[in-house]
Order: sequence, then C-alpha cells, then structure tokens
Amino acid sequence: MKFVDEFRDGALARGLAATVAAEADPARDYTLMEFCGGHTHAITRYGLEDLLPRNIRFIHGPGCPVCVLPVGRIDNAIELARRPEVILCSYGDVLRVPASHRTSLQRARAEGADVRMIWSSLDALRIARENPSREVVFLAIGFETTTPPTAVALQQARAEGLANFTVFCNHVLTPAAIQNILESPQLRELGSVPLDGFIGPSHVSAIIGSRPYEYFAEEYQKPVVIAGFEPLDVLQAVLMLVRQINAGRFAVENQYTRAVTREGNLKAQRLVAEVFELRESFEWRGLGEVPYSALRLRPDYAAFDAERRFNIAYHAVPDARSCDCGAILRGLKHPVECKLFATACTPESPIGSCMVSSEGACSAYYSYGRHRAPESPA
Amino acid sequence: MSHPLDLKQGRVEMAHGGGGRAMAQLIRELFLPFMESPALRAGNDGALLARPEGRLVVATDSHVITPLFFPGGDIGSLAVHGTLNDVAMMGARPIALSAGFILEEGLPLADLARIAQSMGEAARAAGVPIVTGDTKVVERGKGDGLYINTTGIGVVADGVELGGERARPGDHLLLSGTLGDHGIAILAQRENLAFASDIRSDSAALHGLVATMLDAAPGLRCLRDPTRGGLAAALNEIAGQSGVGALIREAAIRLRPPVRAVCELLGLDPLNIANEGKLLAISPPGESARLLAAMRAHPLGHDAALIGECIADPHHFVQMETRFGGRRTVDWLASEPLPRIC
Repeated sequence: MKFVDEFRDGALARGLAATVAAEADPARDYTLMEFCGGHTHAITRYGLEDLLPRNIRFIHGPGCPVCVLPVGRIDNAIELARRPEVILCSYGDVLRVPASHRTSLQRARAEGADVRMIWSSLDALRIARENPSREVVFLAIGFETTTPPTAVALQQARAEGLANFTVFCNHVLTPAAIQNILESPQLRELGSVPLDGFIGPSHVSAIIGSRPYEYFAEEYQKPVVIAGFEPLDVLQAVLMLVRQINAGRFAVENQYTRAVTREGNLKAQRLVAEVFELRESFEWRGLGEVPYSALRLRPDYAAFDAERRFNIAYHAVPDARSCDCGAILRGLKHPVECKLFATACTPESPIGSCMVSSEGACSAYYSYGRHRAPESPA
Repeated sequence: MSHPLDLKQGRVEMAHGGGGRAMAQLIRELFLPFMESPALRAGNDGALLARPEGRLVVATDSHVITPLFFPGGDIGSLAVHGTLNDVAMMGARPIALSAGFILEEGLPLADLARIAQSMGEAARAAGVPIVTGDTKVVERGKGDGLYINTTGIGVVADGVELGGERARPGDHLLLSGTLGDHGIAILAQRENLAFASDIRSDSAALHGLVATMLDAAPGLRCLRDPTRGGLAAALNEIAGQSGVGALIREAAIRLRPPVRAVCELLGLDPLNIANEGKLLAISPPGESARLLAAMRAHPLGHDAALIGECIADPHHFVQMETRFGGRRTVDWLASEPLPRIC
C-alpha cells in the first residue's frame, strides 16, 4: 500500500540494522528511551529487538496518555458518571483503567452510569446537542496531540452557547515529563539507571516542534532524535542516536522531517493557548506531582469547565502496592520484571494502567513480546 | 380467512408470535414459500429425519449482527453459512438446519421477507434443507430488529478424525484466502467509511471446500473457521488444545488492499478481525502440497496459502515472523473492538 509499505520495507530494515551493528561499539551498551507509547508499540509489534544488536536497549518511557492518568482523576470521572444527570464521554481505553475499590468506568457503566465511548471530541458535542436535558462531560486526556481537538470542541461549544457541555480536562505536556525523568535522583545522582539518549515524540513534535527539546539536550547532555512511528523511522533514529553517542554529541536531530519542523504547528499552538492555561502542578501516575506539566481551561472558558461546574475535589490515591507501573513508567524496571506481569495482571484484567492501553509498555510486551519472556506463564 | 400479509407496508406485531392465527399466517405466507422443505411443510412440532450412516455432528450459532443487511450478505444468509461452517469444520457433511427467530415488534415485513428469502436461497445453494423452525416476537425496544439462531446436523464419514487437539509440531498451517473481509465490511458500513464501500463480506458455506480437502488429504488434523477473534484466536485455541506452538509468516497472509487500508487507518490488527467464509487447516507436512493444490482448485480457496507451521513450545505461544524480519507474539484480542459482527 502506497505511503505505508515504504516505511515497512524488510530489506531496508536489515540494511539499517546491519549499519547499526557495524557502528555500535560492542564494548558498551546503548540505553535509549523511547518516550512515546507509539514507538513502544512499533518496537514490539515489528520485533525490532530481533533485528538490532543486543547492546541496543530500549527503556519504555511514560508517553502513553492512558497510563499516566492518576487513579484519583479516574475516581473523579467515575463520581461524575454516577450522577444521574451526567453523560460521561471518553476515548475507549480510558474506560478500562482500574480505579479505586476495584472499579473502572466500564464497571460503573455496567452498574447503570451513562458512559459513552467516542472516537472524536466532536462526538461529545453531538451527544450534548442531542441530549439538552442532560449534562454531557467530555473526559479529555492526552498529550499535545489530542489537546487541539479538545480546544476546537470548546470553541465550538462556546460559539453555539451549548450550556450542557463541559470538559474534565486532563491534558498533559511532554517536555515537563521528560525533564522530570531527567531530574530523577536515580538518573542524576545515583546513576543507577543508564540513559544515553531519547527517541523523541512523533505526533507530539508535529504540534510543538523540535525546539522544546533543545534545552534538555544541552542541559542534560543527552541526544534526542525525533522519529516517526513507522518501524523504519525507529531504526533510522536508533542509528542517528548511536552515531551521536559515539561522537560524544548531544544535539536534537529530526528523523521525522516529513511531519516535524523546528517551530511546529503554530496554528494549533495558538488555538491551545487561547483555550488552555498551565496548571501549577499535576499528578502523573508513575512520576508523582510534576510542576507545570498539565493544562486547565482558561477563566474565559470557566462555564465549560467540569471541575468548576461540579466542584470536583481531587484526592491522590496510591497505586496497588505490588504493581510496578510507577517504576516501569520511569524506565527503572522492565515490564517482565514486575511480579504481576502476565500473572495477576493481564490485558483482560489489568491491575496497572501500563497493561490497559495498547500503547502501554506492559500491554505491548504482553501482546507482542511475550514469547521473549517464556519464564512467565502463558 | 384474513387478508393476506402486507409484505410491502406491514410490520411485525406481537400477535405474530402469539401462537394464534396471525403466527400461523406469518409462517405460511412469509417463511414457508422461501424455505420450502417437506419436513417444514408437514407443520409438526419437530422434524423427523431418516437415520444416516456414520457419526453425527451438531452445532448451533446465534446471530445478532447489526446492520441486518451488509455488502456481501445479510443476517439470513450469515445464519445459514455460520452454522453450516461450524458443522463442516468437524469434517461433516451437513444434512439439516433448524431456524429460530426472535423478532422485534415493528420490524418491517418487507425486511423479514427479504431475510427469509436470502436464508432459503443460501440453504438451497448449500443443498441443506431447513427442517424445523420457531418464531417469537418481543416488544419494540427489546431487540435489534431480529435475532436468528440456527442449529445444524451433519454426518462424519468413517475415518475422518478432526479436532483442535490433533495438531503436532511440524504440521503445516494453511489458510483458504484473504483475511478480514467480513469484519471490515461491517465496520465500514456502520461507520460510513465511504472509501471502503467496495469491501464485501466473505460470508460463504464452506462444506463443499471441506469435502474436496478431505478427499485430497485424508490425514487432515484440524479445520477451524476464524470468525470472531479472527485468525489469532483460532491459532491460540488450537495451540492450547494441542499443546503446541505456532509460527506464521506475515508475508504469506493476504489482505485485500481496502481491508488493509481500513486496518491501518483505524489501528486494527487484521489477525483479530472476523471472517465468515475462510478456514484454517492443519495438515501433516506430507499432505500439505496436495491439500493446497486441491484448495486452490476450489472457487472458495483459490487464494489459499501455506502460512506457517506448528512448532514444539511448552508455552503454546503463537508467533509471527513480521514482514520486517522480526518476530512477535500473536495474542488473543483483549477486548471487543467491533460490536455485533455476527
């Protein structure tokens, strides 16, 4: 298929992998973090680890929007959904995220809450128009890629005067999370987690551009290569990182030039700035409170802010004790090192959020890479 | 005698399931003309069948698909094909079908007649009579137009021993054609994907193909139709039943370009998508060449291909060598991505 096959060419892949093998120094490891769940998915689904030399190691970062949503926010959403006047709309995977007291939005729905799965923020607007006597709340989640569509829905709702539509905003920001990882004590002082470079976000970078990463590369002396989500993109980014690391360089390079510029999508950035403002702090699953890492609605849009309309009070909830999602999201552990992986925690009955979304590291390893860890039961 | 049924403007009413004259009229004027068979015409509570030679297979399947009509078929033809295929996967020659209808009050009789006609045609084309049936009506809002349950009976010839527990390491895996056509045709219609409007369901009765295959490869180990859960579920089921692993090659699996395009666009894995006219065959390696030739000579198997092998694996994993050259696990689907596809 045109525009897809070009990025899945097995012969090109073997050529790139052979170049990586020839240029990588066998005396050392190259530990690379792919921030995005989309990259994790490509790495496991196409079996890239089979093609690359063993000393190229991937750490799977926290770039899975469903995975980083803290339990307390899901609890808030369930409370909202249980109000008889509310129709709660959200994207599919969110419905399965385990919350407090062994519940989830899916379970709340089975118990009678009106929870609807939607494909687009505009579906939520349509549901609001069709149900004028109900309160329609859009549970908005995601990184910089899903933020502009939420902004569009809010602008449209305001233009139409849609009084029964609100947004429960959980949009988060990628650069703040990367900085948080780089500043973690394990990385900065103890050196217990080696990290040699980043495979930078794909779609997120199409919005924010490559410029926001320049600070990290310089300040923390880690190379960043922004890469597309196709398997050949990832292989080429690995080669570019190996070359930078070998040369002792730490620049921001862009493999994904077909979509990403240094400045990004200025129109989308303006749109987001019109509707949203920074939160002082936001809790991330796995990372804890991260300063200036999330967005909320501007005062102009207060009428459409579910947190204000329903007086939502946030209570932080710790993760299940034996669940290693936190460590996995920070790259301190590999999914198969978690005691619950593929035993108590499976995609059918996830305990941690990394097992919920197909972009989560645990789910990706369970679905595509389980044959690599045969010590865990089938 | 009441007026004849209004097959143009009429609708299903509660009385059509009440056991009275209205129900008798519905059966006589709407179902019987399309599903003619001596046993059905006899009008008894059950069908009396002559005792056949050989072992019997019984299989049942309920159909709740929405929409009722889709490119390549409708709920009626699907209800015939689905059950015939379950019978055929046991290596049996199907000999009779039953049909149970749950109708929703308000269903246009024209739609019901179209579905009954399609069912009758599918059964006739397959050479298998519908010998008994049942009709119930539920109040408006309690059903999705109609649901159909069909049960099939078939006869297995002596010497034919098929089962999911019979696969052995080294056995060959053969797939009868392209993947994903049914599930994607339904999805495309439901989501109004204009660019995918030429995708048709592959719904078809496979017992003719199966008879040809049994002639060519008497040592055949197992047949399975990859319906809900797709090829991934079928392979994982068999791996578990037989206690083997499986290794398939992505490059050997064929997809129609529009099916592939929809899967790419919506992030679906074609290995998880339902099929209604395809089968997976497991054959001892010595018979697979002859089997493949026989499949390709049959109209429902001309795209057949050898897609992989069973391997020894204590963990019973199904793996796929990707086009890219790496390997990945092929897992069961974790949750239902496409509601009501069969």
